[in-house]
Amino acid sequence: MKNILGREVPQGFKAFNGSSEYKKVQFNRISKKKTSDGVIMLDSYADLFDKLGITDGMTLSFHHHLRNGDYVLDEVCKEIKKRDLKNMGFAPSSIFPNYSSMVELIENGNITSISTDYANGPVAAAISNGKLKDLFVMYTHGGRPVAIESGDLRIDVAILAVPTVDKNGNGTGEIGKSACGSLGYAVSDLMYADKVVLVTDNLVDSIEEPFLDGKYVDYVLKVDAIGDPAGIVSGTTKITKDPVGLKIARLAAAALDKIGLIKDGVSMQTGAGGTSLAVASFVKKMMQERGIKGSFASGGITGYFTDMLEEGLFDELYDVQCFDLSAVQSIAKNKNHHGMSGSRYASCFDDNVVDKLDFVILGATEIDLDFNVNVTTDSHGLIMGGSGGHSDTAHGAFVTVITTNLIKSRMPIIKEKVTTVTTPGEDVDILVTERGIAVNPKRQDILDKLSKSGLPVCTIEELLEKAYEITGTPSKPVQSKEPVGVVVYRDGTVIDTIYKI
Amino acid sequence: MRRSLLFMPGNNPAMLQNSDVFEADAVIYDLEDAVSVTEKDAARVLVANFIGARKAAFPMEIVVRINGLDTDFYAEDLNAVVSDKIDTIMLPKATLETLIELDKILTDIENKKNLTKKIGVIPIIELACSVLEIDQIAKAPRVNGILLGAEDLTSDLEVSRTKKGDEILYARQRVVMACAAYKLDSIDTPFTDTNDEDGLQTDSNFALGLGFTSKAAIHPNQVGVINSTFVPTMDKIKWALRVEQANKAALEKGLGVFSLDGKMVDKPIIERAKKILVKAKRYNLI
Repeated sequence: MKNILGREVPQGFKAFNGSSEYKKVQFNRISKKKTSDGVIMLDSYADLFDKLGITDGMTLSFHHHLRNGDYVLDEVCKEIKKRDLKNMGFAPSSIFPNYSSMVELIENGNITSISTDYANGPVAAAISNGKLKDLFVMYTHGGRPVAIESGDLRIDVAILAVPTVDKNGNGTGEIGKSACGSLGYAVSDLMYADKVVLVTDNLVDSIEEPFLDGKYVDYVLKVDAIGDPAGIVSGTTKITKDPVGLKIARLAAAALDKIGLIKDGVSMQTGAGGTSLAVASFVKKMMQERGIKGSFASGGITGYFTDMLEEGLFDELYDVQCFDLSAVQSIAKNKNHHGMSGSRYASCFDDNVVDKLDFVILGATEIDLDFNVNVTTDSHGLIMGGSGGHSDTAHGAFVTVITTNLIKSRMPIIKEKVTTVTTPGEDVDILVTERGIAVNPKRQDILDKLSKSGLPVCTIEELLEKAYEITGTPSKPVQSKEPVGVVVYRDGTVIDTIYKI
Repeated sequence: MRRSLLFMPGNNPAMLQNSDVFEADAVIYDLEDAVSVTEKDAARVLVANFIGARKAAFPMEIVVRINGLDTDFYAEDLNAVVSDKIDTIMLPKATLETLIELDKILTDIENKKNLTKKIGVIPIIELACSVLEIDQIAKAPRVNGILLGAEDLTSDLEVSRTKKGDEILYARQRVVMACAAYKLDSIDTPFTDTNDEDGLQTDSNFALGLGFTSKAAIHPNQVGVINSTFVPTMDKIKWALRVEQANKAALEKGLGVFSLDGKMVDKPIIERAKKILVKAKRYNLI
């Protein structure tokens, strides 16, 4: 079966039929988990497995807020290996390079199914090499809560690393030696998993304003350390100094201005990458010069946005994940810096934040002539990322801007067809490169505003020609026909299949 | 007419590939100071192949800084890079004598390669003796602009280079005068602190005030400040447009001199207004 984009959909999955199709769907939530009467304290990971009766075939979920500093998932892997449990399902909200202990379990059949929103590193490589028994499922940050709340992704035990937990099972990420700020991606797991365990290295008597409500928590495990602070958040996130990145950022900010989006009440989201932050810096300068005050910024939050909040350039920040130490410090002290759940952030069946965005700045590993974007695999098909909030924000925002170099490592980023579709072209409005700006013909309103702006606007086909003039026409990699995973759009349908490399 | 001339090291493929995107009026592919002795041949081949392989026309002037005529490298540099695809050779440590020698070599290569154009030359003034003979240098064959090279000049003078630049004031003024006299681009020395954008702006403003028409850049991030400095301000453009209109009206009445805003306007002021409008049109400001 093929979906509306002509991409294969494996049997047993629903086919993507357009980014607004969710509006026609009646969404039914399963019941939230039974609230517990009190939490049981655990002694060790072994005790956790014993008391919860974790056994073959169960699905365990994790969040990724401790990022590359996470110890908890690794400890769970060690326990599975020790007990030689088989056919386990893992559902971390993202997979980072330090989750490498999963690889041996995948190879030995201990872990046979995995779902996540983003995967990078050895686990992603193992899956691309066809080592996972079941098809790998890649959600979006908004789609994962949808899958959990609908029952498509059943979680037997959510094992949630939480920097500070109190004796009633309430939790927060804002304080503690492993503070990571917002715990937005843990909320659906907390409320819909059959059983919930919080793992902490900072157990306190009570928490004044908990982010995670103890009524959903069954067990608490106190350990020496849930993570390495150095890997949890980067010290700082910085604006790029790369002149090509700066040129792209300058053009993107100018385009947003010509469209008329730099105005009072503006709401925006950018990634934490250097070029995205550079766009934010040019926008900030315009806001300062013109006395403009924005309504909110959202998503993964960096110090750059907390500084803008402090300067009064935004009323509020909505934060699903803190990217650096400044953001962690800000969410703990600034009442206008709000944590939010993954569902509130981006679920198409929730009153979400992304739908209220004026614009979003996103990246691309590949973009094709139909403006479809790939951030899931490289051009050989190797999994090296995933949507995260890419397709959620692209659909929600009034204007979606992709910023990318036209050529990276001798290869044009524009393809006739992307290797893997992550975000459908119907939701992508503007491509900004160092050699020109292409506007999706579906956005005639934007084209009208930019075509006489003096900015270097051309068609995406012309940009591809410019790239080919420099690189020549690259040969196409041969793709295998053996599926190893699916890219699930935010509404639960399959937008593309990932193949073995 | 140039505002910015951007140096690009000739031995860095990634930088060469992107050299046309920074909106510099000229890019100088450097075979001299940016390239170590052990990489001279590789850089020469790389620059020649990069320029030669380009199918589409470059959107900027193509300049190559060769090694000086006091080195063993210049002849091979010129034989490799001179073609119809380049516009200008930049000559380090230029003197009247080396410029005359360069003209002969270029003429020879142009004839041998049947070039359809005459290659221009930008001498770099970076020796005390060059400062003294600058009026002769300005009249030398092919010269269409003069760059002040303050780093080597202060070395020759055995003085410290400062951000304020008192030590190069005389040389700067000599360059400006010679270029103005012979209708050449006067190109100010690069501002070497690439992290100090405010300093670059101050230095550019000062050079503009002295009469420089353009400035060299050693980092792509400097081009924006330079381009926005070495153009007429909108106030000046508006004034020049009013002078042009008033002049047209005066000519229709047969008047050579007229007044605008209570001030007399005569030929020098009309010429100045014309120059402003030429630049404004060149850089799409009107």
